[in-house]
Amino acid sequence: MTTTALKGQTVAPNLMGFTLPVTAAFGAFFGLLAGQATGAGALLGIIVGAAAGAIIAYVLVTMLPYKTGRLTAIAAIGVLGLLIGGMIGLIVGVLSGAALGWCAYWVHTGRYRASMPPYATAGQVLWHNTFKFICGAILFFLIAPIVTIIPLSFNAENFFTFTPEMLSLDPAGFSLKHYRDFFTNDDWLRPLKNSVIIAPFATIISVSLGTLAAIGLSQSHVPFRRAIMAILISPMIVPLIISATGMFFFYSQMGLFMENTFGMSKSLSGYIKVILAHAALGIPFVIITVTATLVGFDHSLTRAAANMGATPTVTFFRVQMPLILPGVISGALFAFITSFDEVVVVLFVGAAAQKTLPWQMFTGLREQISPTILAVATILVIVSILLLTTVELLRRRSERLRGLSPT
Amino acid sequence: MTDTSNSGPVLAADGRPLKASLNRALRRQKLRAMLLIAPLLIFIMITFVVPIGQMLFRSVENQIVSDVLPRTTQMLVEWDASSGDAPDNTVFAALTKDLMVAVEKKQHTRLGSRLNYETTGVSSLFRKSGRKVDDMGEGYTDQFVALDPTWADPVFWADLMEAPSAADALPQTTDAYNAFASTIISEDEKDPRAEQPWHTVYLSLHQDLTADPAADVSGLPAEVAAAQAVAGGFASEDLAASYIKIDKDWGTVETWQTIQTYSPKFTNGYFLNAVDMQKSPDGAEWRPEDQQIYLTLFVRTMIMSMTITISCILLGYPVAWLLANLPMRQANLLMILVLLPFWTSLLVRTSAWKVLLQQQGVINDIVVWLGLVADDNRLALINNATGTIIAMTHILLPFMILPLYSVMKTIPPAYLRAAKSLGATNWTAFWRVYFPQSVPGIGAGSILVFILSIGYYITPEIVGGTKGVFISNRIAYHISSSLNWGLAAALGAILLAVVLLLYWAYDRIVGIDNVKLGG
Amino acid sequence: MKLTTTLMASTAMVMAGTSAFADAHMASEMTIVSWGGAYSASQKAAYHDPYSEANGVTIVNDESSAEAVAKLRAMSEAGNVTWDVVDVVAADAIRLCDEGLALEIDFDTQLANGDDGSTASEDFGDLLVSDCFIPQIVYSTTAGYRTDLVGDTPPTSICAMFDLEAYPGMRSLEKRPINNMEWALLCDGVAKADVYDVLETEAGQSQAFAKLDTIKDNVVWWSAGADTPQLLADGEVIMGTTYNGRLFALIEEQNQPVGMLWDAQVFDLDGWIIPTGLSPEREARALDYVKFATDTQRLADQAMYISYGPARASSAPLVGQHATLGIDMAQHMPTDPENAKNTFLYNYEWWADYRDDLDAKFQAWLSQ
Repeated sequence: MTTTALKGQTVAPNLMGFTLPVTAAFGAFFGLLAGQATGAGALLGIIVGAAAGAIIAYVLVTMLPYKTGRLTAIAAIGVLGLLIGGMIGLIVGVLSGAALGWCAYWVHTGRYRASMPPYATAGQVLWHNTFKFICGAILFFLIAPIVTIIPLSFNAENFFTFTPEMLSLDPAGFSLKHYRDFFTNDDWLRPLKNSVIIAPFATIISVSLGTLAAIGLSQSHVPFRRAIMAILISPMIVPLIISATGMFFFYSQMGLFMENTFGMSKSLSGYIKVILAHAALGIPFVIITVTATLVGFDHSLTRAAANMGATPTVTFFRVQMPLILPGVISGALFAFITSFDEVVVVLFVGAAAQKTLPWQMFTGLREQISPTILAVATILVIVSILLLTTVELLRRRSERLRGLSPT
Repeated sequence: MTDTSNSGPVLAADGRPLKASLNRALRRQKLRAMLLIAPLLIFIMITFVVPIGQMLFRSVENQIVSDVLPRTTQMLVEWDASSGDAPDNTVFAALTKDLMVAVEKKQHTRLGSRLNYETTGVSSLFRKSGRKVDDMGEGYTDQFVALDPTWADPVFWADLMEAPSAADALPQTTDAYNAFASTIISEDEKDPRAEQPWHTVYLSLHQDLTADPAADVSGLPAEVAAAQAVAGGFASEDLAASYIKIDKDWGTVETWQTIQTYSPKFTNGYFLNAVDMQKSPDGAEWRPEDQQIYLTLFVRTMIMSMTITISCILLGYPVAWLLANLPMRQANLLMILVLLPFWTSLLVRTSAWKVLLQQQGVINDIVVWLGLVADDNRLALINNATGTIIAMTHILLPFMILPLYSVMKTIPPAYLRAAKSLGATNWTAFWRVYFPQSVPGIGAGSILVFILSIGYYITPEIVGGTKGVFISNRIAYHISSSLNWGLAAALGAILLAVVLLLYWAYDRIVGIDNVKLGG
Repeated sequence: MKLTTTLMASTAMVMAGTSAFADAHMASEMTIVSWGGAYSASQKAAYHDPYSEANGVTIVNDESSAEAVAKLRAMSEAGNVTWDVVDVVAADAIRLCDEGLALEIDFDTQLANGDDGSTASEDFGDLLVSDCFIPQIVYSTTAGYRTDLVGDTPPTSICAMFDLEAYPGMRSLEKRPINNMEWALLCDGVAKADVYDVLETEAGQSQAFAKLDTIKDNVVWWSAGADTPQLLADGEVIMGTTYNGRLFALIEEQNQPVGMLWDAQVFDLDGWIIPTGLSPEREARALDYVKFATDTQRLADQAMYISYGPARASSAPLVGQHATLGIDMAQHMPTDPENAKNTFLYNYEWWADYRDDLDAKFQAWLSQ
C-alpha cells in the first residue's frame, strides 16, 4: 500500500494490488453487517463480503467504464440483497453496491489523492481521507434529525413512529394527510402567518438599532465600553424563562398604554409587543457579529470619503455599509432565527391572536402528538433549501458578472 | 495645518489652541459614539434590563408578611422562640386584628402560600383560620353590648373615634377601628356609620381599658368611663385556645418561628434556599439531605454545559476547517447543511432525536438489527444525560461552526506551508502555527455555546429524563407551577452571576470584540 | 418615566405607521383559555359555538392553560387581565383562589340549576373543592398497557406497575409526586383510607420513595399528557399512566393495541375560573358564559367529543354517543360504575399543604 501510494501520478501504475484489498476490506465490512443482520454469522459474512468486494473491484476496473460499472455493481448487489432480505435487503444492497462500485473506481483511478499535492506522503493521504470521512460523519450528524423527520411526516398514523408498514415500504403506511391538515387547518396557517409577520419586523428592528450601536461601539473613545457591551448582550445571557416573566410586566403595561393613548386595537398592540420582545432577544447576535466585522474595518476609508465631500449618511451607506454587510447579514440571520424559533417568551408576551408557529408546535407536542408538526418542519426545510440555493446561485452569478473567478 | 509660531501654545487652523481643539474633537467623537449607541442602549434598558431587574429583585423581597400581619410581626419581635412556648394571648389578639383585615382583602391565603414554601402546612392553616376569624373576640362584643346597648351603635362608634382625645386614650381601639373602617370602605364600599364594628374593635377596647384602668377618658363619652370601671371584671376570652382548636399548628413553636423569621421586609431566605440551605433561629443551616437539590443541579448544569461545549468544539473544529479550506462553491454548499438545522424548529429537532435515540428508536433498531447489541440490552441513549448532551450538541453546533469558520477564513494557508517547509511535522505545524490563530474562534464559539446551553430548558425537559435536566428546568417549574417566584428569581440571579463572571473572565482573557459569528 | 413614555410613544407611532395587519377589535369578544388539542376542540363544539350563536359573541381560544397560573399572576400584577374565562385543573384553581387571582363564585345564584331541579351546589356535590372553581369534567389519571407486550395475563391492578417480575419492561409515570406517592403506598400494603395519614409522616414518605425505588430504573418520566400515548404506541413502555381521555383516543380512535387499566384511577377535576380584576361588563359576560357552559345539557354534550365525565350528577343520564365514532360514551367515562370500582380521590387540601415540600423531596430523589 505504501509503495503504490508513494509513486504518485506521474506514471500510471498498476494499482490492482491496492484496489483489490481495499475494496475487499470494504466488502468485508458490508458482509459483516449483512451476516449479523441475517443471522448467518459474522465470519461467513466477512468472507463472502470480502470475496464479493474483490470480484466486483476486479470486474469493474478491468472490464467496464465508470458509469456502466457503477450501475452494474448497484444492480448486482441490489438483486442479491432482494433475494436475501426482501425490500430492506434491496435497499441495503443498492446502497452497498453503490458504495463498493464507487470505492473500486475511487481507489483505482487515484482520485483519493487528487486534491493532495503530489509529494504528500501515504500517511498524509490516509489522514486527509479519514478527515474527510469524519467531516462527512459530522455533517450527517447535523442533518440526521432532518433526514428522520422527512419520511415520518408522510406517516399514515398519528404518531412519531416508523411503523412496520413504513419499514416494508408498503404504500398503506404512507399518506399525505398531515400535509393536507397543515394546508387546510387554520390552527396552523394563522401561526404561520403570524411568524412570517413577526420575525421580519423583529429582525429589522434589531438589525438597524444593533448596527448603529455596533458602529458607535467600534469608535475609539467610548466611555464605559465594557459595561455597555455587557448590557447590550444581556438578553442572550439571562435564562429565557426569567426574561419571559420579567418582560411580561413591561409589555403588558406598554400594551395598555398603546391601547389607551393611541386607541390601537388589541391585536395590533399585541403584535408590537411580541415584535419588540423578539427584537430585544435578537440584538446580542447582531451586536456580536457586526462588532466583529468592524474590528477589521479601516477607518481611514470613512475619513477619505469625508475628505472627498461625502456627508456622513452617504459615507455610511456607500462606504461603510457595503463593507460590513456580511456581518450584518449573518447577524440578521441569527436575529431572524431567534424570533422564528422562539417559544418561551412568546408564550408569555403574546396573546392568542399572536400565536406563532413554534407556539403552535409546542401546544401540539404537549396536547396531541401529531406528525403535522413534522410536515410543517419538512416544508420549512424545503423552503429554506430553495432560499439558500437561490442565494448561492445569485452569488455565483454576480461573481461571474464581476469577472471574478471562483476561488 | 497649524501655525507653528515659536511662542505660546500650538494653535489649530481656527486659532484655538491645538490641545483644546483636539479635546473638542475627542468630545465630539465621544458624543457621536454615544449618540449612535444611545437608541439601542435605551431600548435594551427599558425593554429588558429594568423588567429583568424587577424580576430578580423578587429574590430578596419579602414585604408580604409584614404587610399582611403588621401588628403580629411587631409583637413577635419580643417573643423568644427558645422559650419553647407559643406566644401568649396578646400576640393572638394582634393576629386576629391582622387576619380580620387580611381576610376581607383576601390576602391571608396568599400569605399562607408564601409561608408554606418554608413550613409545610401553613397554607391550610391560614385558609382554615381565615374562615373562622370573624368569630374571634365575640365574647367581648357581647359583654360590652350587654353592659350598654349603645356599644352596638355604629354612629356612636364613629363619633367616639372622631373625638380628639380618642387616639391617646384608646390607642389600640382607634387602630382597630380605623382598620375596620378603611377596609369596609375599600373592599365592600360600605359606610362605617352604618355598620357595627368587628369583634376585633371590642377586643382592642377591652385591651385598652384593662391595660391602664386609670387612663384619662374624661374627654370621651360617659359610656367609656362606665365601661372602664367594669372592664377588668369581664370574662376574658382565650384566643390562643380558639386558634389551636382550629388547627393545632397554632400551638407549635415552629409555626410562629416561621412567621418571626420571615417578618423582615427583605430576606435572604430565597437565596439560602437556592443553595440548599434554610433560615433557622441559629442562622443559616443546611436543609435536610432528602431536600437538597439545587447545588447538585447547578453543578450538573455547569458540567453538562461544559461537556456540550467541548463536544461542540470537537465536532465543530474539523467541519469549520473543511469549510474554510474548500473552494468557495463547495464550501457554500456544505454551509447549507450547517445552516439547515437552524431552519428546523428546536422542538421538532428535539422530537426527532427522541425518535432516533429511544430504546425502540431508529439507532437502537439498527444496532440490534446488525447484531451489535442484544435485543434485551438496548442502549439507553435518551432520558438521561447522554440524551441531553447529544441533542444539545446538535442544536448548538452551528453556533460553534460559524464563528470558527469566520476566524479560520482569515488564517492564510501559507503559514502552515511555511511551517512545514521549515521542517515542522504535520502535527507541530498544526498545533504550533494554525491552532493558536484559531483560538479566538474557539473562544467565541465556546462562550456562545456555553451561555446558551446554561439557559436551555425545553430540550433537557424533553430528552433529559431525571439525570439530564438543568437548573433552568427548576426555574421554569417555580415560575409556572409552584408560583415561588422568589426562589426562581434567586436561582436565576445566581445563574446570571455565574454567567456574568464567566463573561467577565472571557472579556479579560480573549476580549469580547474577538467574538465572531460568521460573516 | 417620562422618557419611557416618550420612547413608547415614538415606537408605537412608528409601528402603527408600518403595520398593515391590524384587525378591527370586536367589541363583543371574549378570550377563553384552555389546553388546546382535542380537549379544546370538544369545548368549542359543546360550548363556544352554541354560545356564540346564541349571543353573537366572538370567542377567542387561547391555548395557555399550562401557563395559566403564572400568566394570571403576572397579568394581575401588571393590572392588565386580558383573559375572561380560564380552564384549569382543580389544584391550580385552589392556588389561584388562594392568591386572590380567581373570582369567588356563589354557586347557587350564579350557576344554573340542574335539569332535575337540584341547586347547583347539590348537583356538583363534593366536586366543589374551591370557592372559585366551577367543575366541568371529571377526568382520571389512570394506566394503560400494551396488550401485546404484557404476556398472557394482562394486569388488573395498579400494583402491576410495581411488579417487575410479572411485567418486565419500562413503564411511564408522571414526573411529579402527586398520584405516584399514593399508588406506591397503596401497593405497599397501606389501606386506602390511611394513605394521606401515612404520607404525612417522614416514615410514610420514605416508605413511598422506597417502593418507587424498586422500579426507578424502569421508569420513563413524563411531563406532557401526550407523552405516554406516544411511548405506548412506540412500544417504548409496556404500561404507563396518563389522562383517561388520551388513552381513549389511543385505543378507540388510533386503534393501537392498548388496554385500559381503571384500577385505582385517581379522579381529578378540570373546570373554569374567572380571573379577578375584570371590568364589570366583562365579568358579567364571563359569568353568563360560565352559567351557560356548565348547565346540565352542555356538560353532557361535551362527553360526545371526549371521554371525560360531566361534573354534574344530573348530566350523567344524558351522556350519549361519540360524535364521529358512534360508540356509546357512558362506558368510557371514568365515573362509569364498571370503571369506578376502585377509585382514589385526590386530596386537594392535603396536597396544597404538602406539594412544595414533597416536590422538593421528589426532585431530590429523582436526581439521586
